[in-house]
Amino acid sequence: MTDIATREYTTDEMMTVAAARELENGAVCFVGIGLPSEATNLARATHAPNCVLIYESGTIGAKPDVLPLSIGDGVLAEYADSVVSVPEIFNYWLQAGRVDVGFLGAAQMDRYGNINTTVIGPYASPKVRLPGAGGAPEIAASAREVVIILRQNPRSFVEDIAFVTSVGHRHGGDSRGELGYGGAGPTIVITDLGILRPDPETKELRMTALHPGTTVEEAKEATGWELKVAEKVETTDPPTREELEILRDLKARTAASRKRA
Amino acid sequence: MAELVGLREAVAGLVSDGDTIALEGFTHLIPSAAAHEIIRQQKTDLTLIRMTPDLIYDQMIGMGCARKLIFSWGGNPGVGSLHRFRDAVENGWPRPLELEEHSHAGMANRYVAGASNLPFAVLRGYVGTDLPKVTSTIVPIECPFTGEELVAVPALNPDVAVIHAQQADRRGNAAIWGISGIQKEAALSAKRVIVTVEEVVEEFEPRPFQIVLPSVAVDAIAVEPGGSRPSYADGYYDRDNAFYEAWDGISRDREQFGEWMERHVLGTRDFAEYTKSIERGETLR
Repeated sequence: MTDIATREYTTDEMMTVAAARELENGAVCFVGIGLPSEATNLARATHAPNCVLIYESGTIGAKPDVLPLSIGDGVLAEYADSVVSVPEIFNYWLQAGRVDVGFLGAAQMDRYGNINTTVIGPYASPKVRLPGAGGAPEIAASAREVVIILRQNPRSFVEDIAFVTSVGHRHGGDSRGELGYGGAGPTIVITDLGILRPDPETKELRMTALHPGTTVEEAKEATGWELKVAEKVETTDPPTREELEILRDLKARTAASRKRA
Repeated sequence: MAELVGLREAVAGLVSDGDTIALEGFTHLIPSAAAHEIIRQQKTDLTLIRMTPDLIYDQMIGMGCARKLIFSWGGNPGVGSLHRFRDAVENGWPRPLELEEHSHAGMANRYVAGASNLPFAVLRGYVGTDLPKVTSTIVPIECPFTGEELVAVPALNPDVAVIHAQQADRRGNAAIWGISGIQKEAALSAKRVIVTVEEVVEEFEPRPFQIVLPSVAVDAIAVEPGGSRPSYADGYYDRDNAFYEAWDGISRDREQFGEWMERHVLGTRDFAEYTKSIERGETLR
């Protein structure tokens, strides 16, 4: 990537661009709302025009021209290849193994990529009641691979998550394999600071790349456990002008459409 | 067979205190008018079932209609928290709320079992999560043919299902197009079914992805134009995303929420009057 926009981008833009690059052209992708939706639609508008975006509301091959606020906005159905019922999307598509990759967000994540979106504090008397599971547990279980997009800070990257809503690599090693799920679990975690991948043996997430300008110390400080770092840490290619222009245009059109409505 | 009635009459006749009720509509076609009517009639001790509680259950919970909630995702989509739901769970206000918490896949399959008149559904999921520790209706089961360990979840058979459809025809069939979510399964799993519609037409036009719920599966049809707002009805009006954002402010504070509900819901006769009342520019306060 030669066409470098010199530091005229935010860390969130870097995160979205890095996540978008992970989606292969032609892949069938189950999309969570928010950051995952932004990244996958950027991918569709750049290098992956033939990816098939699935949203849990039942839209297959969704081609939204603006980013949806909810998982079931009309724009998702409007240009979709097909619109099916919710049982069909979960049973015939996700559970049946027809999804190549699931893009998920989270409130909290631990070193094995297990995700909490349920509660902070004890379940029976929570400090913060979060929305809950939604489609995530089965996406994490059955998508062939899982991409997690999450801002990295001590509140989100925690030693012990309060509740396991969706399983990543469980307790590490082969412990996920004992559960009998078809999917391989999280293969990559993309943050505003860099990229983590599971160690092939222990399955513990290690920092394998940092975004330009980020240091290992910053990444460690932003992590609630003792962060392991790969021997050779790569530097992410910064967003190209094209990537930035398309992302900003997508966000501007989204903002304009929400004002109009 | 479906009877064309007023919404007030439908709710008064078919929904009782203590009932288990499911108001479905996955982001699209949420039956807001019916939810308001249930609040106006001060139905209480309800067990509320809904995959995504959304604003309607936030309102019903905040007004004290609910004893228990069976659900899978309780947020304000794209905005953040449902504050009345959170206040009930975190602080027991205005009354404690029992939770029965599932995933979307679990809830969808529970409705399918209910619609099929089976006692339970089977799926591959939940294992390794903490959900089975807090939800007693998630139970491991071994496949009798392969020995694979799967999960059983019990059927949902609500006393009443309420959905919003775009159209009914003169015979009482109801048509939905666009995102049809879980409405067909919810309706077919329930003992009694209320459908609100945008309009009644002579005959349906063929449309992509349209489903039709036959009249024999419906008890009452009530015409409520705009009855899904601030959700949307494909072909009629868009999702009012600004209202979803405004709800975050309206619902954050108990007193402000109470005043808003008093003024716009309890203080209006029906959904048409409610719609006029929030259009007077008072919404955002």
